[in-house]
Amino acid sequence: MSPWMRALLLQDYNTRVVLLGTIFLGMSSGMVGTLMLLRRRALVGDVASHAALPGVGFAYLIMERIHPGSGKWFPGLLTGAAISAGLGLLCSRGFARIRRIREDAALAITLSLFFGCGVVLFTMIQGLPSGQSAGLNEFVFGKAAALLQADVQLLAVASLIVLVTCVALEKEFALLCFDEDFASVNGYPVARLDLLLTLLVIGVTVLGMQSVGLLLVVAMLVIPAAAASYWSERLRTRQFLSMLIGGASAGLGVLISAAVPKFAAGAVIVLAGTALFVISLLFGRTGGIVWRLREQWNFRQQIGLEDLLRTCFEVLESRGPATGPSDWLSELPISKAELEAARDWVSGRLPYLLHVACYQGLLRYDAQGNLRLTSSGRRRAILAVRTHRLWERYLIEHAAETPETVDRRADRTEHLLRADAVEELEALLPQIERPMPVPTSPHETAASESSLLPRPLLKAEDQHAQ
Amino acid sequence: MLSDWSWLDTWIVVTAALAAMSCALPGTWLLLRRQSLLGDAISHSVLPGIVLAYLLIDQLEHAGVVTRETALLIRHPCLFAGAAVTGVLSGWLSELLSRIGRLDAGAALGVVYTSMFAAGLLLIRLAADRAHIDPGCVLYGNLETIVTDTWGTTGIPRAAIMNGALLLLNLLLLLMFFKELTVSVFDPAMAVSIGIPADRVQQALLACTGATVVASFESVGSILVIAMLVVPPACAVLLTERLSRVCWYAAVIAAASALGGHLAALIVPELTRRVFNWPELGDATTAGMMAIAAGCLFLLAWICSPHDGLIRQYRDRWRLQRRIVEEDLLGILYRRGSLLHEVSFAADLGQLMKQPPRKLQPVLDRLCRAGALNLQGGGYTLTAIGMRQAESLVRSHRLWESYLAEHFELSDRQLHNSAEQFEHFLNPQLRETLAEELRQPQQDPHGATIPPANPPASQS
Repeated sequence: MSPWMRALLLQDYNTRVVLLGTIFLGMSSGMVGTLMLLRRRALVGDVASHAALPGVGFAYLIMERIHPGSGKWFPGLLTGAAISAGLGLLCSRGFARIRRIREDAALAITLSLFFGCGVVLFTMIQGLPSGQSAGLNEFVFGKAAALLQADVQLLAVASLIVLVTCVALEKEFALLCFDEDFASVNGYPVARLDLLLTLLVIGVTVLGMQSVGLLLVVAMLVIPAAAASYWSERLRTRQFLSMLIGGASAGLGVLISAAVPKFAAGAVIVLAGTALFVISLLFGRTGGIVWRLREQWNFRQQIGLEDLLRTCFEVLESRGPATGPSDWLSELPISKAELEAARDWVSGRLPYLLHVACYQGLLRYDAQGNLRLTSSGRRRAILAVRTHRLWERYLIEHAAETPETVDRRADRTEHLLRADAVEELEALLPQIERPMPVPTSPHETAASESSLLPRPLLKAEDQHAQ
Repeated sequence: MLSDWSWLDTWIVVTAALAAMSCALPGTWLLLRRQSLLGDAISHSVLPGIVLAYLLIDQLEHAGVVTRETALLIRHPCLFAGAAVTGVLSGWLSELLSRIGRLDAGAALGVVYTSMFAAGLLLIRLAADRAHIDPGCVLYGNLETIVTDTWGTTGIPRAAIMNGALLLLNLLLLLMFFKELTVSVFDPAMAVSIGIPADRVQQALLACTGATVVASFESVGSILVIAMLVVPPACAVLLTERLSRVCWYAAVIAAASALGGHLAALIVPELTRRVFNWPELGDATTAGMMAIAAGCLFLLAWICSPHDGLIRQYRDRWRLQRRIVEEDLLGILYRRGSLLHEVSFAADLGQLMKQPPRKLQPVLDRLCRAGALNLQGGGYTLTAIGMRQAESLVRSHRLWESYLAEHFELSDRQLHNSAEQFEHFLNPQLRETLAEELRQPQQDPHGATIPPANPPASQS
């Protein structure tokens, strides 16, 4: 049986134990990580884990001193780690309260100070006869593959506590994350909740240290939470997803490292999480890059279509109204050359837009190869021109724009105006005649300039409108 | 301990000091831009770059593209380049991530550098049979052995030259672009409007930090690099308010922590061995001790800072408290005197102030010495000076009550409580503004007379 099959089918007892333990860890850290990310304190976990190092060293030294040979007693080391991580976070709080030290600097100072302490202690320990085999380096680089059943039981109990706490205090934590002041005004014990959350972070960090290592445990807190933030904006869903992603990356990492012995579990767990993060970043439903690009693309296309239809209208208008305000729009053919001349098109944009407009049934080619507006195209064209000109007039009237410059200014905003905004514009500009579907342009349109038709008709109408 | 100080120790201190100083200069700007953790990210993410460069050279050598001698020669620059590339890449990626992915800046950093560090660890394990890279070396540095690697026959450690060059470069860039850096830190919008490309300054700073971190971390380790990037500038910021001084102070503090760190590394383990009678304990690394030394300097700066130091804060608070007690005492004496025309005894005053008389005694003595009180047969009366001070205090109190009563509907008790606090903080100008706004009232809302304003001479 290949190692892959052995790993995937959970043939080894050891793999099963490790898998269970790390999945618990991944789930609880995902849960807590979401809250920390919302509080914009994602990197607090990093400081907690680095600050735990001197605690491990001190605990080892003290235990060795009391009873030589007992230095590796695991609960003792964990207690030391937790105490020193707590001290570290306390320290960073204290530093952040100094007026000119920001939170990031406070975190960095604490991190380097405590880690420096830890490094010094570790090098001193290495001189001890028992220090070489102390396995303290496992705290730095992790030893997921060597988790024991007792460790897993500890992880399971701790994760359960974390999950139950987070679910039970869901409302309180949500308030703390979104509006601390509101929570405190409403009588929630904000300071105590904050302390509890910090304790949860310390717990997850210290427990995670032994499986993924202190350098990478912050990844378990940050990456699943960040990945989940691309899928939902509801806190509950986000927490659930973050839990799933955390568990999944932990599981994937353990399975891969079980199949390929060279791969250290800690690193693979983190990289599996990174892969899930990248997928979320690209395809996530809220804020994923692909969806956002698609929306942008659609919007740009709509802007282009509106510009095209408006140009069609202006080309037709420059020939002068034939019979009535709406008939002449569909009667007359438009040639591509006219459209080309009427507006500065980015090269290749016009053929593309024509293609889309024909596809959407806004324009059609007649037998001579000229373009004609369809009925829906005519409606959309009138709407676009109306919006454009109303906005132009509004800008001239209320924003001190001149007729020469207003065309460009209006171009930027008109596509964002919705039907209700257009109605408001009509109400604000009473001098525009109501039955008229399209107000006249306050300036000469590009199409009219390039047109060969006589001008007077247009001018007369302009004066009439003003 | 210190008796066997050798040239080696001197070079260790010099190398470490050069590394620390070259870090402190770009670190100042990172601190001011609130990007202190960027150094953390960069120093973690150099790992994959180093491993990749190492493996690349190894492959080239195996494939026969380069000879063994050339490989040895180019290994060092290649490792440097690889580290610098991934280091800067991490900073750039996390910025991109927080912009395009709309992620919190800290979280973006966390995602990027943990992933890169994990990739580095994995690469090391994959290449374990060919390359002997100890991730511990990257983390903790190797100051003690690196100084033995000297440049030719000069006896100057290669690392010292490297760090010195970086320090010079940073210094040069700092002097050349001080104005640009300053403006783009404090007001990016203004920087852009006067033609300084703020985003390019940011990228240049990132590249500079990357190169510095890479150059120093091989001698002092990646963790110490963070310490040296952030802690000395943080100390300097506490000690001075002028930006140009912050840079110099930071450099000096960095050098001091290098010296202190090495001294501590020599003394502390020896001391511990003796005190605990535990001869097996090993030596301490200079790198770790430097971080601790820098941390201690920071704590010292926090305590002694002239503007925000703990000592200064406690002194100010203590002085304010003393002034409030003094003023309250004068106020009580004034009110009693104006009602009863009698001397007050310390015990009575203590009862009124709700404080034990023995705590009040030093304050009373001080007021006597300042000439505000008279001691007459065991009791106290106000002197003319004390009377004037008390009058202005009571005037503040009653004016504030009148002002509150005119603008808010508050009970007498609330009026009094608020005035009890505010009377100490109304300066003469504000007091007279209040009086004018209230059209020079003669009585407060309780019907008590408001003492008249003092002649200007007495206010000084």
